[in-house]
Amino acid sequence: MIITKQKNVEELLRCVDSKPVFLIGCSQCATICHTGGKDEVIALKKAFETKKIPVSGWVILEPACHQMNDKRMLKDNAEELKKSEKILVLACGNGIQTIAGLIPEKEIIAGTDTLFLGEITHASEFHKRCIMCGECLLELYGGLCPVSQCPKSMLNGPCGGSSHGKCEINQQIECIWDRIIQNMKKRGTLQALSNIQQPKDWSKAGEMNRRI
Amino acid sequence: MPYRSNLEKRLSEGHFVVTAEIGPPKSADPLKIRDKALLLEGCADAFNVTDNQTAVVRMSSFAGSVLILQMEMEPIMQMTCRDRNRISLQSDVLGATALGVRNILCLTGDHQSFGNHPAAKGVFDVDSLQLLQIIQKMRDEGIFQSGDSLLGIRPCVFLGAAANPYADPFEIQVDRVRKKIDAGAQFIQTQSVYNIEKFSAWMDDVCSQGLDKKVHIIAGVTPLKSVKMAERMKFHVPGTDVPDFVYERMKNASDPAKEGYQIALKTIRELKQLKGIHGIHITALFWEEIIPSLVKESGLQSPR
Repeated sequence: MIITKQKNVEELLRCVDSKPVFLIGCSQCATICHTGGKDEVIALKKAFETKKIPVSGWVILEPACHQMNDKRMLKDNAEELKKSEKILVLACGNGIQTIAGLIPEKEIIAGTDTLFLGEITHASEFHKRCIMCGECLLELYGGLCPVSQCPKSMLNGPCGGSSHGKCEINQQIECIWDRIIQNMKKRGTLQALSNIQQPKDWSKAGEMNRRI
Repeated sequence: MPYRSNLEKRLSEGHFVVTAEIGPPKSADPLKIRDKALLLEGCADAFNVTDNQTAVVRMSSFAGSVLILQMEMEPIMQMTCRDRNRISLQSDVLGATALGVRNILCLTGDHQSFGNHPAAKGVFDVDSLQLLQIIQKMRDEGIFQSGDSLLGIRPCVFLGAAANPYADPFEIQVDRVRKKIDAGAQFIQTQSVYNIEKFSAWMDDVCSQGLDKKVHIIAGVTPLKSVKMAERMKFHVPGTDVPDFVYERMKNASDPAKEGYQIALKTIRELKQLKGIHGIHITALFWEEIIPSLVKESGLQSPR
């Protein structure tokens, strides 16, 4: 899932600049993240209205990154959209751009910052898992990814900063290499790490589109 | 005021300058640089040393520039943002200026997919505009990009940037120059000129905004050595504009190298007449030996 964080209301108020605004949320990731579901969109609407900013309407797209669904749902809101000058989107960076592409004549305001592709560990806790490098190496490391979870993306073992299972850059981060080693030791597959892993083909992370 | 480099001095005193490109070798052989430098000695005011141009690994521009300095010639060290982050770039600015490099050309750099290591991760931590700004602040305010202070001698350097009148969208290209000037560019070296008409239109815009008074513009010239090269430049190299009539001239020539030389000569003569052009930058790809006669015959040579 794509993890987002809502921008603070003061910043959004400044961007809206008292102009009539239409609000858009997303039924999927942003709903689960509590950054752009129905509750958050209505809360923002109320915040704007107390500041006397006209909200011409709102919609929760299903999901915002789905261009075909967006076209259909935005058509149902054509009147409200017309009355707005700005469109504030509470979705991930993908969703915001899909909407910007569909409504090029309106000023688009990003209501969130998009952080990472992550796991939903608990209802309100998310952890980064994949950086979409385009060439999955998980089978080499027992299903734990050093490319995304080691801040140096090291492929040949931990650096000198690994200490008691924690990462040197931040005690909140566990050293993924510590986990990989403990895990493979338990399985008796530690030997597999003795080969030198060659430099990665980063061109695969540069794919811009895919058609099937 | 004291000039930072000979190039800055020559430009500031109103001379029409010549710069020429020296591409470092795909080896650790310093003689490869020295041989090219010997060939070009006296032909130009300063020599651009390319930074892994087209993303092909070569000797570093830093080392190449120092080798040029050792021959008592003046390098323009090219720096791209493809292979180094802001920490490394700033560190190399300190190192290179400590060793005597006095001109730096700031570029974003060709994408790694064009070169011989397409699997490499591109850095692009900052872009050419930001790099200009970073070096300018190190030099003029004594601060690093982070806001930390330099402790001691500041890098003494004359700053340059590139411009491409043939890139799209055309209407934004003059504003790109203005932005580069605002970011710290004191000289501009342009993309190689084959389409002089379009170049003149761009220069008109540059002059109408008064930008030619704020920056020294040095026009690029690359002599075409063969029909194959003309084809590559016309159809495959992004951001170059070889007009049909130039391509036809090359194709119909009995001696394409001679024709390419004549075209370059004519281009230089026309560029010299353009308002706001303060010099010529010659890039002779795999044809450096042509530069001395090109400089001489086009009347660019003057006592330096």
